[in-house]
Amino acid sequence: MRRILKLLVAAAVIGVAVGLWLTAPDRVAPERFASLSGDVAAGEKVFTASGCASCHHVPGAEDKLILAGGMAFPSDFGTFYAPNISPDPSAGIGDWKVIDLANAVMKGVSPKGQHYYPAFPYNAYNKMTDQDVADLFAYLQSLPADATPSKPHDVGFPFNIRRSLGGWKLLFFSDDYVMDVPADLERGRYLVEAQAHCAECHTPRNALGGLDTSRWMAGAPNPSGKGTIPALTPDKLTWSAEDVAYYLESGFTPEYDSVGGHMAEVVDNFAHLSAEDRAAVAAYVKALPAPKADTSGSSSY
Amino acid sequence: MKKSFATVAVLATLATTAMAEVPQAVKARQGQFNIMALNLGILGGMAKGQVEYNAEAAQAAADSLVAVSMIHQTALWPEGTDADSIEGTRALPAIWANIDDVVAKWGAFGEAAKAMQAAAGQGQDQIGPNMGAIGGSCKGCHDTYRAPQ
Ligand code: HEC
Ligand code: HEC
Ligand code: HEC
Repeated sequence: MRRILKLLVAAAVIGVAVGLWLTAPDRVAPERFASLSGDVAAGEKVFTASGCASCHHVPGAEDKLILAGGMAFPSDFGTFYAPNISPDPSAGIGDWKVIDLANAVMKGVSPKGQHYYPAFPYNAYNKMTDQDVADLFAYLQSLPADATPSKPHDVGFPFNIRRSLGGWKLLFFSDDYVMDVPADLERGRYLVEAQAHCAECHTPRNALGGLDTSRWMAGAPNPSGKGTIPALTPDKLTWSAEDVAYYLESGFTPEYDSVGGHMAEVVDNFAHLSAEDRAAVAAYVKALPAPKADTSGSSSY
Repeated sequence: MKKSFATVAVLATLATTAMAEVPQAVKARQGQFNIMALNLGILGGMAKGQVEYNAEAAQAAADSLVAVSMIHQTALWPEGTDADSIEGTRALPAIWANIDDVVAKWGAFGEAAKAMQAAAGQGQDQIGPNMGAIGGSCKGCHDTYRAPQ
């Protein structure tokens, strides 16, 4: 069954890829960044909220700011490895310009014009402001360089053809926000949807690996094995906003269990942000609607 | 300590593999973690000001944390009681592949609990900073060794 599903998915991806052969990568207009200058301290906040180190640090290393990559991301399509994004000019991104980083995080496109895989959550980062990306660039350049080469991905045909991602992007790439919110929730939405990419883990995916926005934050199978990633929607999560903010700060649930798994890295990051930002995220979480009934019968729970 | 951990682990394997129910060792270790959470709840409630500070109750909670930290862990972690082998546990197999690291992380919890023990009776404002350190020790083990629910 699973095999058939995979073949169908493969066929669909090829179909989309061939049908949309003209899906050339879209780029950021360079003028947007010409007059912006980046601020290292502000960039550190963007970096922390966005969880860049959580994926790009060396697995098991003490120093999480050496972004030499190597962490594995298993998926239905194969295993991806986070690349080296330290400022080393050959192994990392030391020779990049701010516009290269903008194209990577906001368009999912490499300096050579290839599509990145969405395991790199650019479908969230594409909502970031230009200034935040400029600040982020300044901060990344201030980190230590490391010459360890990036590990190649372990993905089979047809997913190893980056061109076929053009089809995926046409289906799922969107820099529109998922949730409509009043003005006082905009900061929370920015943190959740544009930076902290909470939905990448907490939202189930459809057969093509796109987030099922009709079940936004409704919980999902754990991609790296046992268990499920819990729902944040009000039908399941009964915590108060204060509980959510305290969890993001301390890792403690209302029952004083303590956070685990990949969420521990999210908490490590949010513990370093301001109380206002944690409260803003909590307010967004509390505003989530209950999900629509699951009719897909696919990978969602 | 480490050595006995390993020997008993081997012996206990023999005892548990035949059982279909959640092994007693698993229930026991989950119980110990729940005792920790319960006592942290008492301290956390006081730190946040949701519960009025009471030096005696705070001290008792901190003492209990230290007491749990002194339970010998050997008998609680028989081999074959990981989440890949049986139902009813979230303990990842990586625990048994990295016993030294797990023992060190358990030790870090013990240290943090002792610091709380020294502070908890001294005033409401002494609890908060120690909550952070204890929480860090829980998180530092759960991040690699416990699966989500
Ligand atoms: C969920 C894990 C994850 C997070 C979070 C993440 N990345 Fe990545 N990143 C990846 C993966 C996987 C790739 C490889 C994509 C590919 O090869 O198609 C990647 C690729 C990149 C690249 C391209 C490197 C190259 O050599 O072409 C850059 C630059 C990058 N990430 C920067 C960032 C920044 C900056 C952040 C934070 C704003 C970030 N990443 C957050 C997983 C992640
Ligand atoms: C040395 C590693 C380690 C440390 C330190 C640790 N835990 Fe755990 N914890 C685990 C593992 C592994 C499990 C899963 C046990 C199982 O399901 O068999 C667990 C499970 C739990 C559970 C769920 C128990 C249940 O009913 O299933 C709670 C609650 C918990 N831990 C709280 C804490 C708190 C609070 C702290 C810090 C004060 C802490 N833990 C420190 C490893 C650790
Ligand atoms: C890298 C994946 C990942 C990301 C990103 C992520 N989470 Fe989580 N989240 C998890 C996992 C896994 C758990 C379960 C933690 C555990 O096992 O202790 C969790 C648990 C939670 C819980 C506790 C729910 C419960 O019922 O116990 C809350 C609240 C939460 N996350 C909120 C968020 C918010 C808000 C964000 C964005 C700021 C976020 N998460 C981003 C993976 C993630």
